[in-house]
Parts: sequence; structure tokens; C-alpha cells
Amino acid sequence: MSATDGALTKEIRVAGEEPRGGLAVAVWATLKRDLMLLLRRRSEVLNPLVFFAIVITLFPIGISPDPALLAAIAPGLLWVAALLAALLSLDSLFRADYDDGSLEQLLLTPQPLALLALAKVAVHWLLTGLPLALMAPVLGLMLALPAGSYVVLAVSLALGSASLSLIGAIGAALTVGLSRGGVLLSLLVLPLYIPVLIFGAGAVQAAIFGDGVLAHLAILGALLALALIFAPLAIAASLRISING
Amino acid sequence: MWAFINKLRSPKWFYGISARLQPWFWAAALILIVTGTIWGLAFAPADYQQGNSFRIIYVHVPAAFLAQSIFVSLAVTGLVFMVWKIKIADMAATVMAPLGAAMTFVALFSGAVWGVPTWGTWWMWDARLTSMLILLFLYLGVIALRGAFASRDSASRAASVLAMVGVINIPIIKYSVDWWYTLHQPATFTVTGRAAMPMEMWLPLLIMVLGFYSFFIALTLMRTRSEILRRESNKRWVRELAEEAN
Repeated sequence: MSATDGALTKEIRVAGEEPRGGLAVAVWATLKRDLMLLLRRRSEVLNPLVFFAIVITLFPIGISPDPALLAAIAPGLLWVAALLAALLSLDSLFRADYDDGSLEQLLLTPQPLALLALAKVAVHWLLTGLPLALMAPVLGLMLALPAGSYVVLAVSLALGSASLSLIGAIGAALTVGLSRGGVLLSLLVLPLYIPVLIFGAGAVQAAIFGDGVLAHLAILGALLALALIFAPLAIAASLRISING
Repeated sequence: MWAFINKLRSPKWFYGISARLQPWFWAAALILIVTGTIWGLAFAPADYQQGNSFRIIYVHVPAAFLAQSIFVSLAVTGLVFMVWKIKIADMAATVMAPLGAAMTFVALFSGAVWGVPTWGTWWMWDARLTSMLILLFLYLGVIALRGAFASRDSASRAASVLAMVGVINIPIIKYSVDWWYTLHQPATFTVTGRAAMPMEMWLPLLIMVLGFYSFFIALTLMRTRSEILRRESNKRWVRELAEEAN
């Protein structure tokens, strides 16, 4: 009796399964496609990095080349400049897919849109947030950032920019259907960036003063965990609204 | 319960019931605000440290309460609209957002004015003022997003999503700003013990808070009614209403 039961449920499960892998295949395909597309449009990957470097160059010129003064404000400057660079790259996150209709195809797939959107955001972070984090220590050197905080700067930016990509993607998804969404996008997203900025820049400050760096990084991690849970749902809902509008 | 929710779906029913509720809230708002203002400005004792300048509290605190409550209301109406597709909820959200932004501005402005006699400056990067400023930006974002869409349905849903995202973030922003403030700035001034406020100062404040809430409800009812007429202007009952008026 139990043997036939088992056979029956197994059969049903096989019949109910999607052909060829389903979710994992779809997420992997999205990751691969987005990576390939971005790597082929190299300027889109490089522009935020160049922007980051230029903005950091403006500060010593605008304020003062005095290393002591620069060192005091370097953590905040680096974080704000990196945040703005990440923000600028957001507008193109869904734009091309919206224009050529592949976003609609993504909506039509049987897989949950939230997870596919998460894959897209992951690629965005890999090619924007992570390079910004790796580049920040070099610019920190130019701002006379005190020794001992360089690793923390890179780690806090890598962790924090993942949250920034996730939160920013909600704004990008909401404005992708609008012809002039650029400034609106920053208006929507920047207030939501403030907690990440506080703890990111706070981690670097703490490293300079020798306070608890781990506490700041832990909170950055907690913010990322929260964003990982909620943001994909909001991104998916927003994409649906933008496609219908 | 379901019958009630189904009734809420009908703008016509809401138009009728709000007409009956509205005068009560206007009356309550008028009485409470006038009583609270006179009591607070003329009869409440002056603060032993701040003198008469503390009386700004009777505008500042009610406005700040409303600023936060209205954002939560925006998120709740947004959720109701997204889940049950109740149009009234979205109409209310449309008219509440500018009022919330205005209240946030009033709270910020009265805080700045209060800062001159107490802190000696118009603006301090105080934790509460900073959170309020961020709240104002959140309001402006919701209003701007609603205005950016050509189709009303998309605008409503986008604004609902943003209000819900914002309301999840408000406590996070508030706590992180508190943390930031304690890290970066020494407490130069603390408002003298709010909980330890004497009864004759606290009662007019309570009356003002209640008055501001009544005003908010009355104004929202009134403006939702105009929004109903605007959106339903091609419905038969609205046209009949207009013919009757003529």
C-alpha cells in the first residue's frame, strides 16, 4: 500500500515539475546574460568609476589641499562620492531591457520575478558596487586617509553598496517607464540611502578612532539582510506597475 | 465586516457618509484648537528655563505628530488600495500627501524658530530635526512620483509602493540618525524633561494634538469628497448631483 502511495506521489511530482530545471536555470541565465551585456558595454561599467575619481578630485580643489583637513573629512567624502556614483549607474539598470522589450519577457516567465530581478541587481552590484569598493582605498590614499582604515573602507563599501543597489533598484523599477526619470530617481532613493551612509562612513570613522568597527559592519550586514528580503518583492511589484503604465 | 468593506468600495456611499461626519470633525477641530491656543498661549505657566518661547511647543509637537501619522496613513491606504483595490483609499492618499508634507514643513519651521531663542541658531543638526527633514524628502518623493505618471492607475500604485517602502524605512532612518547624532555631536541642549511637564502645560498640549488630528480628518474628508467628484465626474450620480445643484 505504502509502496504504491510513494510511487503515486512521485509520479505526480514529476508531472508537476517544470521542464528542464526551472528556477535555477532561469536565474543562472539572467545572471549570465546581464553579465555579458554589461561587459560588452564597458563604458557603462567604467563611467561610475571615473565619476567617483573626478568627484574626489573636486574636493581638495574646492576645500583645501591641507592633508590634515582632508583626512578628517575623507571617510564621509569617499562614502558620499561612492554613493552618488552608484546612484548614477542605477538609471540604466532596467532601461535597456525596458526599451527593447526583454523586461516584458522577464515578466512573462513562470519563474518568480522577484528572484530574476535579484539576479539583475546582483550583476549590477558586481560591476558597480564592488569595483567602487576596490577603487576607494586608492582615492583614500590621495585624501590622506589615516592608515589602518583602508581595509574597513573597502569592506564597508562592498557591504553597503549591495544594500544601495537593492534599495536603488526599487526606485529604478518605479521610474523606468518615465521618459525623464533621472532626477526623480535620486529624489526617491537618496533619503532611503541615509542609514547605509551613516553606518558605512561610521565604520571608517570607527577604524580611524579605534572604536568598534565590527558593530558598524554588523549593522551594515543587518541592513543588507533586510534589503535582501524586502527589496526584491518591491522591485518586482514596481516593475509590474512600470510595464503596465 | 465584508458588507462594510464592500460599502467602502462605493465612492457614492462614502460621499454620503462623509457629508454627515464632516461637520462634527470641523466643529471639534475649531473648538479644540481655539481652546488649546488660548490656554497654551495665555494661561499656561511660562517655562522656568525657556520663558515664554517654549509656547511654540503648542504648534510644533502637534504638527510633528501629524507629519508622522500621515505618512503611516499613506502606507496603510496604499496597502488597502493595492490589496483590495478600494479606490477611496487611493483618493484619500492623494489628498493626504500634500497635507503631510505641509505639516512636516510646519514642524521643521517652528523647530527652527524655536531654535533661535534656545540654541541661538536657526538650524542645528539635531537628531529630531534631521529625521524630520528626511521625512519631508520622503513626502516630496511620493508627491513627485504620483505626478510623474501619465496614467492614473500606475501613478496610484507606484505611490502606494513607495509609501510602503518609506514606512518600513522610517524607523530605520530614525534610529540610525539617533545613533549618528550621539556619535558625532555632544548634547548641547535637551528639551527640559518632556515627561516631567506639569499638568497645566501638558493639558493644553493634549488639546492641541487632538485639535490638529480633528482638523486633519475633517480636511481629508472634505478634500476626498472633491477628489471623488473629480474622478467620478462622468458617473451618473455625480451628474445628477450637479443638475440638482443647478
